[in-house]
Amino acid sequence: MRVALFPTCVNDAIHPRTGQAVVALLERLGVQVDFPAAQTCCGQPQYNTGYRRATEPLVRRMAGAFAGYDHVVTPSGSCTAMVRDNYPRIGAKARTEGRGDGLARAAASLVPRVLELTEFLVDVLGVSDVGAYYPHRVSYHPSCHGLRMLGLGDRPRRLLEAVEGLELVELPGAEECCGFGGTFAVKNPDVSAAMGADKVRNALSTGAEVLCGADNSCLLHIGGTLRRADAPMRAVHLAEILACTRADPTGTGWATPRARSSA
Amino acid sequence: MTVPAKGSSRERILARIRAAVQDAAEPPPVLRDYRDSHQPDDPARLLDLLAANLADYRAVVHRCTGAELPAVIGRILAERGSRTLLVPDGVPEDWLSGTAVERVRDHPPLAPDRLDAVDSVLTGCALAVAETGTIVLDAGPGQGRRALTLVPDHHLCVVRTADQVVASVPQALPRLDPSRPQTWISGPSATSDIELDRVEGVHGPRTLEVVLVG
Amino acid sequence: MSDTYLGMPSFPQAKASTRDTRLRANLTHATRTIRDKRARAVAELDDWAQLREAGKRIKDRTLRHLDDHLVQLEQNVTAAGGTVHWAADAAEANRIVADLVKATGEREVVKVKSMATQEIELNEALAAEGITAYETDLAELIVQLGEDRPSHILVPAIHRNRGEVRDIFAAKMGEWGRPAPEGLGDSPAELAEAARLHLREKFLRAKVGISGANFMVAETGTLVVVESEGNGRMCLTLPETLISVVGIEKVLPTWRDLEVFLQLLPRSSTAERMNPYTSFWTGTSDGDGPRNFHLVLLDNGRTDTLADEVGRQALRCIRCSACLNVCPVYERAGGHAYGSVYPGPIGAILTPQLRGTASAVDASLPFASTLCGACYEVCPVAIDIPEVLVHLREQVVERDGPGHRTERAVVRAGSWLLDHPAALGAVERWASRTRGLHPRRLPTAVARAWTDSRDLPELPEAPFRDWWRKSR
Ligand code: SF4
Repeated sequence: MRVALFPTCVNDAIHPRTGQAVVALLERLGVQVDFPAAQTCCGQPQYNTGYRRATEPLVRRMAGAFAGYDHVVTPSGSCTAMVRDNYPRIGAKARTEGRGDGLARAAASLVPRVLELTEFLVDVLGVSDVGAYYPHRVSYHPSCHGLRMLGLGDRPRRLLEAVEGLELVELPGAEECCGFGGTFAVKNPDVSAAMGADKVRNALSTGAEVLCGADNSCLLHIGGTLRRADAPMRAVHLAEILACTRADPTGTGWATPRARSSA
Repeated sequence: MTVPAKGSSRERILARIRAAVQDAAEPPPVLRDYRDSHQPDDPARLLDLLAANLADYRAVVHRCTGAELPAVIGRILAERGSRTLLVPDGVPEDWLSGTAVERVRDHPPLAPDRLDAVDSVLTGCALAVAETGTIVLDAGPGQGRRALTLVPDHHLCVVRTADQVVASVPQALPRLDPSRPQTWISGPSATSDIELDRVEGVHGPRTLEVVLVG
Repeated sequence: MSDTYLGMPSFPQAKASTRDTRLRANLTHATRTIRDKRARAVAELDDWAQLREAGKRIKDRTLRHLDDHLVQLEQNVTAAGGTVHWAADAAEANRIVADLVKATGEREVVKVKSMATQEIELNEALAAEGITAYETDLAELIVQLGEDRPSHILVPAIHRNRGEVRDIFAAKMGEWGRPAPEGLGDSPAELAEAARLHLREKFLRAKVGISGANFMVAETGTLVVVESEGNGRMCLTLPETLISVVGIEKVLPTWRDLEVFLQLLPRSSTAERMNPYTSFWTGTSDGDGPRNFHLVLLDNGRTDTLADEVGRQALRCIRCSACLNVCPVYERAGGHAYGSVYPGPIGAILTPQLRGTASAVDASLPFASTLCGACYEVCPVAIDIPEVLVHLREQVVERDGPGHRTERAVVRAGSWLLDHPAALGAVERWASRTRGLHPRRLPTAVARAWTDSRDLPELPEAPFRDWWRKSR
């Protein structure tokens, strides 16, 4: 099984720790992962802002970078949904615009192999207990794309419930959008901030120390709102929770090459 | 050959529609794989369900046998203190044998303010839908024209027999004649316009009483 | 800067709405109440998914052959004693209706709530001809008396709470007719009673009624109005003349098709198994209801929408308003921010298609969404609103409105970078190395749009790709 990691451009540039956590987690589960360096970005921000044509080279790039892998695992629901829902549309539109079949074929070759992290863990590896240890009170925010477009369902919850020491508390209004929405966050900052404030208020009402999510773009917005408020809560990606173990409860070892090569 | 006025809006709109869809693919066929009804086919249970759903939307429900019907109607009118009762053509005479209230007939057709002055109106119905708690009027015998069941403040409606009750909307439509004016009534009039809070009783009859026979 | 990079002004009133605590409280209370009720009403039917798919397909197939269905409808309405008029745009529809009213010699009409007549601003057009239109739906009455604008499809006065409604009734009813009772309280029941008394005298003397319709059945010529209060029945039954203005997309091919929509609509809109009253009429009937019936079929941008392969799905809409009630942006921005009679998610895709995107507010609408997908999930005819939003964003951007020029340049540069991983790595590396210099709040408008309410993330020591290369 050849598995490639698509940490996403956001995690590459801003939050590499999430990518490192996925590597540590998968290697702990006996999966060898690769990071094809030709990858960049799935094109979601451009596409969702109306720049479909600017996304086309990225569709080709993604298909090329991940050619030959059985699975492409990504710790982002929205990037998975971008590939799964929109790549076929981009290909089909290029075809109707008389620009050939190439893009549609590139999309079709990639789409079925791209999996969101919890899909890969639960559906492909068939695990819900990944042997993690995380002695904290945690609430889970299911981001919109994972929830509604991918239909991740209870996969994240099952994974979290199996974590040793973790106390999972229900997030009121969990299904409601946090207000990030990509460029929405800066095009409509007032509404975005109002939604973020409500999300944070709900999160704080749980008394949890950690708000867990499976999409770092949402967590940038929620985490930024939490930090601005100096709130006693951190936003943490699900992968970083699942990668923590009794031996390494804070994940200090993920980043060091030694920890990984010994896996 | 007669051609409609060139450039008429009718022709322009139709032409625009044709231009808009000419290259569109034929959409997939309609699968009617939804349920014909959500209830088991059991007349007694349907009657119970109808009663429950009518009551849920604040209709007052009475149940009785055919023999008890005149007395029940008499009692309802007496308890309400109705002095005038609008009776459409075709209401069986024996329904009225248990009451002495003054009957008002729609001959010649009553003006709206006359309708407004009667205390109650008594009708039958075309059919009733259990799943939705709906009474259907189609201006047939014993129901009168639509205004008769609209303007008076109290509507007393008799569902005559169990075979007037269908389970669901899909079972109701084939039994109805589209050429007749219809009113489907599910509880008394209501509004949710203030804070999306449901309040019963606005312009239509504020009290709907339904007598289920059988 | 904000206008050039952000491309669009955020929709004009949204900022004010997010700070209007009373408006926010009214909207939050109302939308949440109905949201939960809808979910329960829908959950009662275990074949909801099949009904939804059937609704979607019936509409799609109807739209594909809309010309045939409209012609059939016209024949059947005419055969049943009605008269059919065709209006290409708002001005033509208004002229037709005004002429019909004038021909009756009347100066007053009673109206059932209708989105189509709001869309064409019929009341204003009639007023210009000296004809007074009385809105009879409770919420529309609140809006009309309050000299306000509707902010919701189903509940146009959703932005008003009971206290505000009481004040409007007490102050204004007397100017329009029967005054509100002395000492009017603010319970919804009392307010509904005040509306009953105020409107009753109008219903009883009305000679002309104006309505829309929820559905029109081509094979029978039947029109259907779904309502709750009975004002619809009053307007459809008591006047001598009835004029219905209906969008051409409201036609259904068969009587049987109603079995789908009469299940989908009430549960999605008012969260009821069935709404209190549904009226069906086919042309005119001897001695029952209006003697004259006119149907005005309205295009007004619908055929443009129909021509758009992605956008035409918006014409499936049955105006249930479920998408508004679940929309987090609608809840915070309020309906007025959308600058159109169709607010919320459906408004954000319908208005720019009906009116085009020439004005700033119309061009901003496709961007007024986080694409969270809650609207698509609840839509009873499965309109993929996020898909259409993105499609319309593309149209706005492609038109290269002045607002988007800088954004385009930025995207173009970004695209180049993203197609050159080595260069991308270098930029990421540079950003990481200079991270000590990044302030917590940034001065430019774009950055401020973020940092006014949120901290920026701290950048890492090195990007993931560098770590990977080194650690392998
Ligand atoms: S778009 Fe869908 S959910 Fe929204 S009003 Fe129309 S039918 Fe209802």
